[in-house]
Amino acid sequence: MKKYLLKRLAMSIITIWAVITITFFLMHAVPGNPFAKEGKMPKVVYDNLQKKYGLDKPLREQYVIYLKNVLKGDFGDSMKSRVETVNDMIERGFPVSARIGAQALLIAIVFGPALGALAALYQNKFPDYFSMVLAILGISVPSFIMGTIFIQFIAKNVSWIPIGGWGTWRHTLLPSLALAMMPLAHMARLMRSSMLEVLGQDYIKTAQSKGITKSAVILKHAVRNAILPVVSILGTTISNLLVGSFVIEKIFGIPGLGSFFTKSISNRDYTLIMGTTIFYAIILVALLFTVDLAYMFIDPRIKLTQEGR
Amino acid sequence: MENKIKLNPSMFEKATLEDRNAEKIKRPSIKYWPDVWRRLKQNKLAMVGLTLIVIMSVMSIVGTHINEFDYKEQNYGLINQPPDSVHWFGTDELGRDLFTRVWLGTRYSLIIGVLAAAIDFVIGVVYGGLSGMASRRVDSIMMRIAEVIYSIPYLLIVILLSVVFSQQGSGTSMFVLILAMTLTDWVPMAILVRGQVLQLKESEYSLASESLGGTRGWILKKHIIPNTLGPILVNVTLTIPRAIFAEATLGFLGLGLQPPSPSLGNLSNDGLAVMPVGIFYQIFIPALFISLIMFSFNVLGDGLRDALDPRLRK
Repeated sequence: MKKYLLKRLAMSIITIWAVITITFFLMHAVPGNPFAKEGKMPKVVYDNLQKKYGLDKPLREQYVIYLKNVLKGDFGDSMKSRVETVNDMIERGFPVSARIGAQALLIAIVFGPALGALAALYQNKFPDYFSMVLAILGISVPSFIMGTIFIQFIAKNVSWIPIGGWGTWRHTLLPSLALAMMPLAHMARLMRSSMLEVLGQDYIKTAQSKGITKSAVILKHAVRNAILPVVSILGTTISNLLVGSFVIEKIFGIPGLGSFFTKSISNRDYTLIMGTTIFYAIILVALLFTVDLAYMFIDPRIKLTQEGR
Repeated sequence: MENKIKLNPSMFEKATLEDRNAEKIKRPSIKYWPDVWRRLKQNKLAMVGLTLIVIMSVMSIVGTHINEFDYKEQNYGLINQPPDSVHWFGTDELGRDLFTRVWLGTRYSLIIGVLAAAIDFVIGVVYGGLSGMASRRVDSIMMRIAEVIYSIPYLLIVILLSVVFSQQGSGTSMFVLILAMTLTDWVPMAILVRGQVLQLKESEYSLASESLGGTRGWILKKHIIPNTLGPILVNVTLTIPRAIFAEATLGFLGLGLQPPSPSLGNLSNDGLAVMPVGIFYQIFIPALFISLIMFSFNVLGDGLRDALDPRLRK
């Protein structure tokens, strides 16, 4: 197990390094210079700007410097904002995004498998149809449309739910829900099919014939086994939530990291784009690592040293 | 002890032709794909999806020519017109006909989805197949590389690439968009194909074929590829909505196709801009189309998966 952990850790580090490298060289391959939008400037000013961002040095040297800085946790200065560094913006935006993301994940994890399990237990009855209609809606309707619908039909009619912005917990309600819909739907569908499969297994019949109460059979034998595939998609779910947050933050006008990211793209703020991308990648890789660990503890059948062959 | 039975012809009955045919298989045996199709047809939701896909594909080709308006023809006298008998889906804030634009957008979305899925398919099958057939060590290295590529966040790279290749303020070309999407998205397909190849390579019928003198290429062609086609097809069907969704998200963030080319994501983005003024049809129509496309491909993919699953066979 230790061997697996080390291997997995090494892979994560390689991934992060790959992201840093790709991001760095892609950003430096952008044609034109990043200050073009500022208009004509005296050569001295231009030279000083180049110097400030280290752009006067050879590319390879810049790369080494950047890598070193990122290792120290320093993403450098923003190219557009004169008051905040990239780190400041991440510090300001990330807690906001993380809160929305965590709430959405919680909603999805609680309601997704529950709906799926209900659907399987009442196959072809009302709960089944209800959950599956909800699941199909969740999968078909992208989060940006879901968000717009929520604003239009809920926020505009219910006085205590704000249309957008940030502040109280009420502001987080609709964005979290809109963000949660798609993962919730995926989990519900997955849970339903795996639950149906588990319910047909012999050990369920054995448990039932031993006279164990229905709720114990369902909770201890069925759900516990059926939830494994759901746990295995947690990693993908988290990365989908991350991308979904860009869109959701744009619609609801939430000052999170996602909105910084999208703004940095339209502003062509290269250091901010690099910084947020790499930060996202690190967070994501760390979360994926955690999910893998969790899966290992939940499912003792997985022999992690094997290559799967 | 002697047990003699005396046989005489009267003890026997003549067999009729009917008896002889009792064991005969009368109907032709149903081959694999017709059987899959037969089961798919029983899945109503999947058939609805398939029908919608066919209708949308046809309409995305002919729909732009049905009325006399061009997708980029602006008419400042008729901006933000709600749907009526002249402009069936209304007009946008530049007075362009939304009916034509939405169908054109559908065309772009479908092309992007299908092309991205096709490229994923080719790379995934080749890479996964090679990895599965290769030696253990090569396979291990190839899979590690694939894993690293896959853990690079997909849309982040797509966004980065569209930043690099698009000019300030304008969108991205379709080619770059598809390239960016397939850059990391072929990995699930490769992993799927590799897993299938490994599993089938060890199967009894592959062994049987090998012991009967079948070469590696023969086994691959005759046994492995036909048996992996099912799961691959399901995967392709589910890759298409993923690519369409990615494009719509990009378009919504303003990084989609270059204007004036409409994609469904761009159209929704434009629609969102006028929503605060109280105009809903401009976001509602493209949103409905995206949802319908996502719905159709997802239910079709699910239906295919069920139809291909031997455990569900009755």
